Amino acid sequence: MIVADRKSLEEILAMVQEKHKILIVGCRGCVTVCNVGGEKEVEILEASINLARKTSDQPIEIETVTIERQCDNEYVAQLKEGINTYDAVVSLACGVGPQFLSEAYPDQLFFPGVNTTFFGGAVSHGVWEERCQGCGTCIIHHFDGLCPVARCAKSLLHGPCGGSSDGLCEVSKETLCIWDMIVKKKMEQGRLNDLLTVMEAKDWRSARDGGPRRSIREELIP
Amino acid sequence: MRLSYPPEIKVIQVPCTGRVDIIHLLNALENGADGVYVAGCLEGECHYRTGNLKARKRVAYVQKVLAEIGMEPDRVAMFNLSSAQGKRFAEIADEITARIVALGPSPVNKRSKTHATV
Repeated sequence: MIVADRKSLEEILAMVQEKHKILIVGCRGCVTVCNVGGEKEVEILEASINLARKTSDQPIEIETVTIERQCDNEYVAQLKEGINTYDAVVSLACGVGPQFLSEAYPDQLFFPGVNTTFFGGAVSHGVWEERCQGCGTCIIHHFDGLCPVARCAKSLLHGPCGGSSDGLCEVSKETLCIWDMIVKKKMEQGRLNDLLTVMEAKDWRSARDGGPRRSIREELIP
Repeated sequence: MRLSYPPEIKVIQVPCTGRVDIIHLLNALENGADGVYVAGCLEGECHYRTGNLKARKRVAYVQKVLAEIGMEPDRVAMFNLSSAQGKRFAEIADEITARIVALGPSPVNKRSKTHATV
C-alpha cells in the first residue's frame, strides 16, 4: 500500500488560517489502512483544528466526508454537490487524492493533509517499512524476494557495499542492510552461486527517470 | 468508606480504558471541558491485557496535540489504580481538580464567555 504520515497540525493550521469554512476529505484506501487518512483520522483532525481555532478565538466551520478512493474519478464525483461552498478542502489521501480532486474541481482550493512517503507494509502494529520503489521493472526474483532497488540505500544490484556492518547499513543504525539479508538467505538455501551472475545495468527509463508514467490496459478501455 | 470527591468531575464509565479513543478526549475538550483524565487499571493488571497501556499512549497523543495548538498538555492525564482503591480515586480527583483550577478555565470557555459579554 501507499504509506503516508499526517502533516503537523501547525502546517495544516497555517494552510487554513484565513479560511472560515473547510471540508476535510478522507480516503478509505491505503491511508485508512496506514491509519493516517481514514474516517477516524478525519474526525481527529476535525476536532484538533476546531479546538485550535476555538482557543485562538477564530472559530471555523468544518465538514467531513470519507470517500471510497480519491484516486478514482467515479468516487471523486460523489463530492460534486456543494464542493465549491467551502473556502478550502483538506485531503487526507496520498498525493494522488488532492490532485484528482483539483482536476475534477478546478475552482476549488485543495490542500494535502499528509506527506506521502513510500510503498510498503506494516511490519508490526504501528510500524510501516518501505518495500517497493515502483521502478517499473521488477527483478526481486533474482534476490529471493528481497528488493535491493527499494531497500538498499544505493539501489545496488551487486552488493553488499563497504558500508554494510553487522547486518546494518551505514546510513542509519535502524536500517537493515538488504544485501546482508540477500547473501544470508542465498547461503541458507545453498544458492550463493546465483550471485555470481552479473546483472545487466538496470534500465531506469521504466522508473521515474523516464518521466511521469502511464499504464494503458486496452482490454479495459470501453 | 464514605469518601467525597469534587463535584465538578463527571464520570463516564467505559468497560475498559482501551475503549477510550483520542477522539473522545478531543471531543470533551472541544465541547468545553477544562480537563480530562483517564483512570485505568494498574499497569499489568488489565483484564484485556493492554487496554490501559493503549489508553496511556492515546492520552500522550492528545497531550501532544494540545502542546501544538498552545493549550496546556496537563489538562489531559492518565492515572492507574485498581477498583479496590477508592481512597486513591478520591485523592486523584482532588489532585486533578487542583491542577485544573490552577490552570484556569479552558481557553475554549474563556473565549466563548468573551463573546457572550460582547
